[in-house]
Amino acid sequence: MAVIAVPWDDKQTGAVHRICTATGLRVDLAAQRLIIANAVAAVVFLAIGGLFALLIALTRWQTIHLLPAIWFYRSITAHGFDMLVAWIVFFEVAGLYFGSTVLLNARLVKPRLGWIAFALMLLGALMVNGIVLAGKADVMFTAYVPLKAHPLFYLGLVLFAVGALIAVGLFFATIVIAKVERRYQGSLPLVVYGLVTAGVLATYTLISGALTFVPALFWSLGWQASFDPGYYRNLFWSFGHPAQQVNLAAMVAIWYSLAAITTGASPLNEKFSRLAFILYLLFINLGSVHHLLVDPGLSFTYKALNTSYAMYLAVLGSLMHAFSIPAAIEVSLRRRGYTQGLLGWLRKAPWREPGFSALVISMFLFGWMGGVTGVTIGTEQLNMAIHNTLRVPGHFHATVVSGTTLAFMGMTYYLIPLIFRRELRLKRLASWQPYVFGAGMSLVTIGMIASGIQGVSRRHWDITFTQAVFPASIPGTVQLTLAIFAIGALIAIAGGMMYIAVVLSSILSRRVHEPKAATLVIGPVDMTPHEHDEEDKRLQPKGTFVLVLAFLLFFATYYFANWWLLGNQSWIVR
Amino acid sequence: MFSPQRIWWKPLGRLERSWLIIAFVWCLFLTAMMPIWYFLGRQNVPTTSYRVTPQQFSQLTTDFIAQYKVDEEKGIPVVAPPPGDIYLIGRAWEWTPILKLKKGETYRLHLSSLDFQHGFSLQPANLNFMAIPGYDYVITLTPTQSGEYSIVCNEYCFVGHHLMVGKLIVTE
Repeated sequence: MAVIAVPWDDKQTGAVHRICTATGLRVDLAAQRLIIANAVAAVVFLAIGGLFALLIALTRWQTIHLLPAIWFYRSITAHGFDMLVAWIVFFEVAGLYFGSTVLLNARLVKPRLGWIAFALMLLGALMVNGIVLAGKADVMFTAYVPLKAHPLFYLGLVLFAVGALIAVGLFFATIVIAKVERRYQGSLPLVVYGLVTAGVLATYTLISGALTFVPALFWSLGWQASFDPGYYRNLFWSFGHPAQQVNLAAMVAIWYSLAAITTGASPLNEKFSRLAFILYLLFINLGSVHHLLVDPGLSFTYKALNTSYAMYLAVLGSLMHAFSIPAAIEVSLRRRGYTQGLLGWLRKAPWREPGFSALVISMFLFGWMGGVTGVTIGTEQLNMAIHNTLRVPGHFHATVVSGTTLAFMGMTYYLIPLIFRRELRLKRLASWQPYVFGAGMSLVTIGMIASGIQGVSRRHWDITFTQAVFPASIPGTVQLTLAIFAIGALIAIAGGMMYIAVVLSSILSRRVHEPKAATLVIGPVDMTPHEHDEEDKRLQPKGTFVLVLAFLLFFATYYFANWWLLGNQSWIVR
Repeated sequence: MFSPQRIWWKPLGRLERSWLIIAFVWCLFLTAMMPIWYFLGRQNVPTTSYRVTPQQFSQLTTDFIAQYKVDEEKGIPVVAPPPGDIYLIGRAWEWTPILKLKKGETYRLHLSSLDFQHGFSLQPANLNFMAIPGYDYVITLTPTQSGEYSIVCNEYCFVGHHLMVGKLIVTE
């Protein structure tokens, strides 16, 4: 059951819709076309970024050391932009259109603006890729001034940001008009609420992006004499870090949807989950300072207050979701009679359903690897031993790749029948894909973190320093940990290729498919929201409670191990 | 996925409430760790920094090298200064000079860059700081172990980035 349907007055608005055969939801065809365009663009940039990932991994694997230095740095620049910006933001825009129209039973206002946004984003993204590959912008994704790129590099970024900003504005307008036209009743669904959180964060992020790259463009053109590197770093990370928080909010919203689609889970307590999103909204942008912890010019108070999101209140938001999503799944499975012991429900869970395995692996790797390492890196003093080492990419490959990317991949499988209206092909491959990708990414993360602990720096072509004046005191064991990272990367890239194979072979089919159910491998799941029965002992999320306590124990162990390392092995420094 | 029932503002369940309290206490603890370590710990992020132009910083370092130079290695001066103010320049793609320090003595290391942003990464002690042009970052440090250390640049500084490695010696 969806939101209560309100008849459409399509004559007046000109919107044309169809009714989904699996869910009974109304789909505005203008929105559908835009969702498809943005999702396809996202997958194309994922494929390009993945190719660069392959080249980078084979270069950092010292035994192979594939690329020459210049192409290594060029590839990292392109990889960073294509993955962190193009793939993710295109997919998020598709998600925003989906959430604001299909889930609200509403029409997309001004689809033409949506196409302008799409064109700007595409143009911007192609411009950045072109100028980087032309060798005119070997400056990394961060483009720290005074490293100077060709003006088209900054212009591309600005165009992309403006396009995305228009898309976000359209998303908000669509939600407001949906309310005005009474397309849905009551409160916004939680998933849309999460997307609104992402939209608000995106607005702040994109404005910061414009504030960073417009002056950088002027500076690159010679219209502005200088750009203070310290200010640039602060401005850039007001864009770069919140961009990841947009991903976080969007990913959590998708987690809730995947849980509903694959297990029929509905949030145990809407207040609890919504409060967690509010915490993101209020505190998460302070995290920009994570990147400035060992910078000159900033005080302890400024760094400590910001890096801790005031009182780790954004972390609290994540810890709340970490409980509420598995708990909703547990209760839903327990209601179906899987009440054996603490974790019996987990054994009976639909592990073959790609959306479910993608959800679980994404949550696990995001929390246990990404979240724990993130809080540790973001601790002011601990950062001295971590800043710019491979531990940093180790962390964000756990969050943005194992977490966000895998969740988005899982979601794609459901968009194919529901929005593209094509049957999902290669289902067995799709069932295996999250496991292969997750296993590869785990090795990537572990390899990077283990190398970083030994002092290997990020974005470095040759950690053996064969051409440098002095040898560096990096232990030989890093050869092993870098090999683990690279082998993991190869496995993850294979997982990525499986995803692209499934998507391409499905959407390139000509036959229109009218799905009977939203699920792909398992039978239909009842998605009707249900009231949580506090009294029924068998329906309590006890298993989840034990799991989150185990998580906290792991968290504390890793956190204190890092303090121990700093206190015992470091020089005295103030 | 769907709109909740009209009234969804309901009290938390027992387990939800317990987890919320545990998680919040953990967050408070995480918050407290930084100020506690700031007052009690021996490793803290330096907070002293000054504005400096690359020309000024270059001059300061040149004078410093002239005063305490003892040797030269591969074209880079080796200096053995007494405890107090010492200078280190990062520029594409070298660290100058090679500092010869004494274990257990305390130095005020002035760190800056003359061109791009560079990353000061002392290995294997694994201490990392930013060298940013225009900023004189003062790091008060006391070596705890003697030996030969390398200073790897860990902030990308254009195409020769991987060539940038310096040396620092700590004697007994």
